[in-house]
Amino acid sequence: MSKTEFPPSIKSRPVYGELEARSGSGHLMIADAEGAEAILDLAKSTDEDFWAKAHIIYIPKKTGTKYSSQLEELGAGQFYAGPSYEASQSRIRRALQDCHMGTQVYLTGTESLMGQAMAEATAAGIPHTAIQTEHRGSTARRMQCVHCKGITEDVTTDPFECSHCGLSLFVRDHYSRRLAAFQGVRVDAEDPGNIPEKVELFK
Amino acid sequence: MTIQFNDETFYGDFTFKNSDWAIKRFPFPFHEDSYMYSVNMEPHKSYRPGSVFERTFDVDEHYVSEMKDRARVLANDPLRCQSLPHMTLAGWDLVELIMEAKAAEYPDLFELHKDGNRWRWINKPLGIDDTFTFLDESTLPYGPMEYITRQTQGDFAVLDQRDDNLWMDAGMVTTQADWSLDFDIGMNFFEWHAPVPKAHEMGIFVRALKFLLNIQQGQPARRLNWTMTVNPLLDTSPENYHKWGVMKQGLTMENIGEKQHLRVELQTFFRLPRSNALVFPIRCYLISFNDLVTVPKWARRLHRVIRDLPEELATYKGFIDNRPLMVEWLSQFDDGSPTSDGIWPDDD
Repeated sequence: MSKTEFPPSIKSRPVYGELEARSGSGHLMIADAEGAEAILDLAKSTDEDFWAKAHIIYIPKKTGTKYSSQLEELGAGQFYAGPSYEASQSRIRRALQDCHMGTQVYLTGTESLMGQAMAEATAAGIPHTAIQTEHRGSTARRMQCVHCKGITEDVTTDPFECSHCGLSLFVRDHYSRRLAAFQGVRVDAEDPGNIPEKVELFK
Repeated sequence: MTIQFNDETFYGDFTFKNSDWAIKRFPFPFHEDSYMYSVNMEPHKSYRPGSVFERTFDVDEHYVSEMKDRARVLANDPLRCQSLPHMTLAGWDLVELIMEAKAAEYPDLFELHKDGNRWRWINKPLGIDDTFTFLDESTLPYGPMEYITRQTQGDFAVLDQRDDNLWMDAGMVTTQADWSLDFDIGMNFFEWHAPVPKAHEMGIFVRALKFLLNIQQGQPARRLNWTMTVNPLLDTSPENYHKWGVMKQGLTMENIGEKQHLRVELQTFFRLPRSNALVFPIRCYLISFNDLVTVPKWARRLHRVIRDLPEELATYKGFIDNRPLMVEWLSQFDDGSPTSDGIWPDDD
């Protein structure tokens, strides 16, 4: 099962909902990995007309070909599978730029994918009322090191090592929508070298 | 009155020092012998001549050195000053607010001469004499918010007001109590306060926001906030926490009086006329424990407040490990006698 119940948290931490098919002039769907399951679930309550106006941008990550062919069979007007978020980014920007009034945007999968695509959608002027999100799959976090500003993707432990400056950072729940990242702060700042054992908090 | 400006540092050799004048006018934040969060707002009206509440923007003996420290921090990390594109007009509002207030209230230090939109600004302590066109960015060496806040003590958060909320969309932040503008820029009032424990559940932020949304032009408000800092560091940023965090170690009964500082923020709130933004200056005042205990009432009270502070607050404010030592040291100055209401020294 790809769904996770997140514990209650502080107010900067995003909360996610469940995707539902809405009427719209177009449907832009951006998903990674198990996010495919949310789209396939949504497809149970849609007709062919819906998919003719849809554009799916999908990044399978570690799921390989598990979902790609099922998504392709939905018959979206445009379907794209990309190797990474970075590789897909220019296409995502272009797709958002091409959105017309009334286009619905659906974001699903990891927090990293949803957060980055949300920042792009907001920057492109898509009203937040036209954007839905649903978390599926990994709970690994995209973290910004507050010291060197580098982003480390797919963080599963607390503490973790910054992939840029190498400091051991603890994982905060404080979240920046602009950066689409949680904040990481040096764990042994007050007592250098005293680094607690890593705990796997996210999968 | 002419202010003698100190030549001092807030890093490295830490030569920062308060004169007797600065100690006497220190904004001691505890009006009673205990502390809990409250929406402790009052009108920002001129009050008690000589106090930090007398002027719209207080200028004191640390002015010139604080501005040098700001320039140093910005050179090391330009991201401490940011303004989202829609906030430029609010920056001009701030230029006007500060220049008019300082020129009117400190005529021996600052002058503002207007010829239509052609303005001449003279800042004598910093040796600045600039002529520029109001609302024309190309006539200033920096953006308007950065220009004027490089010349004004305190951090500045400039908040856009929309959707019944306040958004941290611009700021100059080099003297902060451990929060990152670069991380928080673009957040709303509840989001940037998210890490504060307890206060959300107490309804503090809902009430504070309601108050702030209704601040009118010409009717600014103020409150005090506080924390603790080892060494007189203005820049206690999360960005540099991996450098200053270690300073919290090594306090002893012998050196705590000199090294431990009470850090008080005078927070003020002004509505800006053109942009309808809210500017939120956060002015930091530091005082060493040694200097603080020269006022007997403050010494007794600080001992009781720190001793009885809820553990969550001491943790959030970052001094839980040093609290036992602070309490032990301060207890020498508390004979148990009662303290009068209010923040002012008794001999005043």
